[in-house]
Amino acid sequence: MTKLINLNINNTPVTVPEGTLVVDAAKKIGVDIPVFCYHPKMEPVGMCRQCLVEIGRPMIDRATGKPVLNEDGSPKLQFGPKLETSCTTPVSEGMAVLTETAKAKGGQKEIIELLLTSHPLDCPVCDKGGECPLQNLTMEHGAGESRFLFDEKHHAEKHVPLGDLIFLDRERCIQCARCIRFQDKIAGEPVLGFYQRGRNTDVVTYSDPGFDSVFSGNTTDICPVGALTTADFRFGARPWELKHAASVCAQCPVGCNLTFDVRREAKTGGGYVIKRAMPRQNEQVNEIWMCDKGRFSGYQFTEAETRLRLTPVEMESALRRASDILAQSKSETVFLAGGRLANEDLFTLKKFAAALGAQAYLYTQHGGGEFTTAYGLTSGSNLGDLGKGDVILVVASDLYNEAPLWHLRLKAAAGRGATLIVANARATKLDEFSTFVVRYSYGDEVETVKGLPAKEKIGEALKNAANLVIFYGADGLGLAGTTALAQACADLVKERAGKANNGLVGVWSSPNQQGALEMGLRPAQNLAAELRGKTVYLLAADLAGDDPALAQALKGAKAVIVQDVLQTASVALAQVVLPASAYTEREGTFTNGERRVQRFYPAVPNVATSRPDFSLLAAVAKGCGVDLEGRSTLLVMNAIAAQESAFAGLSYAKLAEVSEQYPLIGRGDLYYGGTGYENKQGLGVTLAPAEAVTPLNIPYAALRPKEDELLGVPVTKLYDDGTTLAPAKLLAAHVERYRGVVLHPATAEKLALGNGEQAEVRLGGARYLAKALVDASISTGVVLIPRSMGIALTEPAVVQVSAAEKAQEA
Amino acid sequence: MSLTNQYPDEVQAIFAKYPSRRSAVMPLLYLAQREEGYIKKESMEEIAALLDLDTTEVAAIVGFYSMYHDEKAGKYRIQVCTDISCALRGADTFLEHLCDNIGIKVGETTPDGLVTIEEVKCLAGCDKAPMFQLQDGDKVSYHENMTVDKTMELVEALRKAQAQK
Amino acid sequence: MTHILLRHRDIPDIKNIEVYKQNGGFQSLQKALTAMQPKQIVEEVKASGLRGRGGAGFPTGVKWSFLPDTIFPHYVVCNADESEPGTFKDREIMESNPYQFLEGVAISCFAVGAQEGYIYLRGEFYPVAQHLDACIAEMEKQGYLGDNLFGTQTSIRLKTHLGAGAYICGEETALLESLEGKRGQPRLRPPFPAVVGLYGKPTVINNVETLSNLPYIVEHGSAGYRQFGTEKSPGTKIFSLSGNVNKPGNYELPLGTTFRELIFTHGGGIQNGNKLRAIMPAGASSSIIRVDDQTFDKVMDTPMDYENVQNVGSLLGSASVIVIDDTHSMDWVINKTIEFFKHESCGKCTPCRDGNYWMLQLTEKIHAGHATMKDVQLLDTVAAQMYGKCLCALGDFSTMAVRTAIDRFPEDFEKVAGKA
Ligand SMILES: Cc1cc2nc3c(=O)[nH]c(=O)nc-3n(C[C@H](O)[C@H](O)[C@H](O)COP(=O)(O)O)c2cc1C
Ligand code: SF4
Ligand code: FES
Repeated sequence: MTKLINLNINNTPVTVPEGTLVVDAAKKIGVDIPVFCYHPKMEPVGMCRQCLVEIGRPMIDRATGKPVLNEDGSPKLQFGPKLETSCTTPVSEGMAVLTETAKAKGGQKEIIELLLTSHPLDCPVCDKGGECPLQNLTMEHGAGESRFLFDEKHHAEKHVPLGDLIFLDRERCIQCARCIRFQDKIAGEPVLGFYQRGRNTDVVTYSDPGFDSVFSGNTTDICPVGALTTADFRFGARPWELKHAASVCAQCPVGCNLTFDVRREAKTGGGYVIKRAMPRQNEQVNEIWMCDKGRFSGYQFTEAETRLRLTPVEMESALRRASDILAQSKSETVFLAGGRLANEDLFTLKKFAAALGAQAYLYTQHGGGEFTTAYGLTSGSNLGDLGKGDVILVVASDLYNEAPLWHLRLKAAAGRGATLIVANARATKLDEFSTFVVRYSYGDEVETVKGLPAKEKIGEALKNAANLVIFYGADGLGLAGTTALAQACADLVKERAGKANNGLVGVWSSPNQQGALEMGLRPAQNLAAELRGKTVYLLAADLAGDDPALAQALKGAKAVIVQDVLQTASVALAQVVLPASAYTEREGTFTNGERRVQRFYPAVPNVATSRPDFSLLAAVAKGCGVDLEGRSTLLVMNAIAAQESAFAGLSYAKLAEVSEQYPLIGRGDLYYGGTGYENKQGLGVTLAPAEAVTPLNIPYAALRPKEDELLGVPVTKLYDDGTTLAPAKLLAAHVERYRGVVLHPATAEKLALGNGEQAEVRLGGARYLAKALVDASISTGVVLIPRSMGIALTEPAVVQVSAAEKAQEA
Repeated sequence: MSLTNQYPDEVQAIFAKYPSRRSAVMPLLYLAQREEGYIKKESMEEIAALLDLDTTEVAAIVGFYSMYHDEKAGKYRIQVCTDISCALRGADTFLEHLCDNIGIKVGETTPDGLVTIEEVKCLAGCDKAPMFQLQDGDKVSYHENMTVDKTMELVEALRKAQAQK
Repeated sequence: MTHILLRHRDIPDIKNIEVYKQNGGFQSLQKALTAMQPKQIVEEVKASGLRGRGGAGFPTGVKWSFLPDTIFPHYVVCNADESEPGTFKDREIMESNPYQFLEGVAISCFAVGAQEGYIYLRGEFYPVAQHLDACIAEMEKQGYLGDNLFGTQTSIRLKTHLGAGAYICGEETALLESLEGKRGQPRLRPPFPAVVGLYGKPTVINNVETLSNLPYIVEHGSAGYRQFGTEKSPGTKIFSLSGNVNKPGNYELPLGTTFRELIFTHGGGIQNGNKLRAIMPAGASSSIIRVDDQTFDKVMDTPMDYENVQNVGSLLGSASVIVIDDTHSMDWVINKTIEFFKHESCGKCTPCRDGNYWMLQLTEKIHAGHATMKDVQLLDTVAAQMYGKCLCALGDFSTMAVRTAIDRFPEDFEKVAGKA
């Protein structure tokens, strides 16, 4: 138990745990002390000196060691001659803090005045105007009139691109170092720094390529002035014109809570348009952060030109045709659902398939989900609680690329003393923060995990772990490999099932794969064969785009119905296309990889006639004489809660519950936590564990290439050509940087391929041209092939790589 | 040319000096400045790689300290102290006359690239003003109780030495 | 008198190790290591009343006793940054009497249980560092540094480290940051370096001059040391005398020596027969002492020690006594000091970073004759509003000369600024 300390703040008694900083203790009772450099997520540095207050401490009689008392018996307080920074001062017993006295207010006002000597006060043209801590504090505490001549102000460069996503206005910077400290301490990528010193201090990057971090957008939230802005929102809108819609990011299985800010615009005939994505606090999921993928590609596809659109008449006829086809094919139908669908869609789909007697599969190359439902995390779990004594194992996953917020939170857990074991066939960014790195060869994943308990130090750590969380991914693995790996991982954590902060987490490639799994959907073992001669109903699944073999299989199907948001390769093969709403246009829930069910809300109206997936399904079902709920997601959720054991007891009301979170952010005082939003719409609910699985008996033998063969392995990059990412124009350059196949320098040399040179990749009869990217951190004999980047590789396979013939000169 | 190739022994000796690698950054930056009198971005990158730092972290050091230079100037930098104690003993006038004699202004470099004249803060030579330090790559020497004539002789000597190379 | 610190003035070749040895060199180190307990040395230094010569005057032995016995390794870091304008004493010690200094560092290492000592020199002292490196190598060769010293279990190694031009690195926590390979910016205190110092370990930081006293104290005991100086400020002190005097230079004198003796006896009086107008006893960070017909004797008879200089409205600091004659006006003086502080402010905290920028705008304007008395008052309030709000003492230092100049030499400002 931490000791509790009693003190007085502005004559109000407060009791807080020992170690609490005065500024935080004050915040707790609603006393806002202005801060600039202090941020509750980072260590105090006491740089800006804005948070000055008067602090008195009980006087102690030197001789007796006892407190000196006033006449009335109260302890006599001693106030120092100087104001003290409340952000660097921990509370102490009997302390008295005064934040509102003339002296304290005077000190704060004087600091603001000093800051403004080098600040342009260009609020009317500043993106931060309206949500700017400096602006607000200037209004509140600043001097009405400047004693500093404007001509003498320190002037500096504006519109400096620090990278292609973040811009810096040097003039507005107040040198609080929040951005630098965030990048260094929280993101672990110290690519921002100060150059020069004194009044010439400037934020710079000397890194190559510039300010390039998956977490860069967060710096714009915590920058207390308008110095850092995103390329996305810069000059986009004024904060006060915006309305807010709560949502959950759909770019990866973390499920960061966020807020879409919308505004009416002429270009949509006065309709609402999303202007930006901002993090929304959920201390158990994303705290107050989000990654750049979510921020800069999370909603942009809503307005993509490739959105599927039908006129009302076309829609009517498409639904009718779909019903007709299904009414005919009945049990000869195969439904394939992608992990982008909401729980409500998946449930409706499952019901529909059951009514038809048809098969419904989860479409994924990432198996083993039956283990995550049984041995996954359960209620009370929070990666933020893991620390000393706890063990986290990450196998075959590159979290920085696959689930950036988990990368960030595991790095933090390791910082708090958790034992972090990272096992992979190649180096990943998490290695740097880990306690143990386990390196194996592609193909040895399962044996490696099985062998961990026998390793001396690692085995010891696993055995003695107070809590154990295992993340497993699909780095270099296909469906069979991941399933076998999941089983091996499950064996390590199985006995702890049901205990908070213990469990198995699948690093899926979609936001709701876990939801589909909880609903009982499973991947087909031999998908291509299943499709032959059947009616295939694809929902948020682009088989043809992922794999030429599956495209071929679709051609052999009896009929193809595609229900999706955007144009895909599979759409081109469909007899019927049903345009679905983007998730930003509707309501629903996702279940994240930690098994937390979270609600998202509509931000903008549906494009054209598109409808939510569950609603389209219900309409098609109706035409087949099957009655399903097609109007209200709430009613669907009630049915889920009643019929799906994992979801028992859930309701929209429960999912919308919030409890107070620390640190307190949002509210009136943006300077404290930044412009991220307070969570008023729900923290979500973690599911209870499903029943234990009987051991699977899927035979798995890893592919072992011969001496002179090259093993092609699929890997996941943060930025790729994924359906919803591709329309995000801002990230195009980032996608290009990763486009290509990765080879060890020795392998490349053997193939006479230089870095960046064009290679020809042959795989299963197909030929691709791709850039060769040389990377000494991988092993020889393998070729890393990024998923969703044009080369279809769903599981490890022998590939041929050669230098592409140079184009003939004309 | 990399530092580890050019000065292998010195780099090792620097590493041996500290229990933490990062502490080597300042001595390594001096090495990087030895030949050409300023630190190139490639050197910052190399040092970053050697110390397992980001280039930005190394640059932040270069930017902070006034004896590291990130731009090319004269082979020698004559850095005259004009701080309070020296100024009380005529340093400002000395600097002015010196500039007139050499024919450049403070901050400028002679056309032959030999010397740059700079004004600096107290060098702990206050009792022997006017005085300056001569910075030559990573090396420094003090020149105290100076006159413009003595300084011009020094510049000539440097010029001759340079020509002979 | 004979010298304790500037012994090369008595024995010119003392920088030669053989000469140093012939004159009792390293006997204190040997005595400390072979005949004394570390605690005993700490007690002796406490009893000697030795106070830090880097500026703050904190009792050295007391500082040493703050190191926790439970966390190791301990480090000794010697502050040889010597960057306060007007200070040039440490350089002379290191150049001319290096072995006594190094012996002192080694004794402090033994006393606080450190096996390693770093000497942080300002980058400009490149030749001094080269010279010290050679001396250290010589001491290692002769068995005065290294392992199993004098046949004991004790190991002591000393290393030099060069800064690169930043006054703030004289501030002890900024110095540690710099030594750790970071930007030289002050840390928050507490924790103090004695508990969390270099590489997060308990660390003693002392000035060159402070440590150079140790061989004498070990040899002669605290009583021997106390025969110089005053009760509260024992020992001798090197006064760096600069500015408008005939004979500027370092003078090692007992603490408590009067300004008159320093300036007129040793310094040979004011240059060109001019009149003494002001004294800055602690370099650019001084509160400026006004000397005029009324105050002349009072100031001149003030003993220079940690207590009495306060009686004439200033502080002893590092005893870098800058003498200013009546040909100089205070608007010029503070413009110089603010140029310095503006250049040296590390930029970490707002009041110092922006305040010095603002003050420089004003002092330039005032000195150029473009200002009114309103600007002078503004300058005074800017300085006042910086004071006491900065992260480290540099910010406060920068306001001292400004505020006292405006307060004590109003006529200088009225002259340039006119009346608004
Ligand atoms: C801005 C600033 C500059 C300083 N510069 C020096 C310096 O150059 N040399 C020095 O010994 N102490 C300097 N000090 C004092 C040191 O912080 C520290 O108090 C001293 O090194 C302790 O040694 P001592 O107790 O032996 O004096 C400076 C302090 C400040 C705030
Ligand atoms: S007062 Fe502030 S800006 Fe100035 S040197 Fe100290 S920390 Fe740096
Ligand atoms: S110093 Fe406390 S918030 Fe900046």
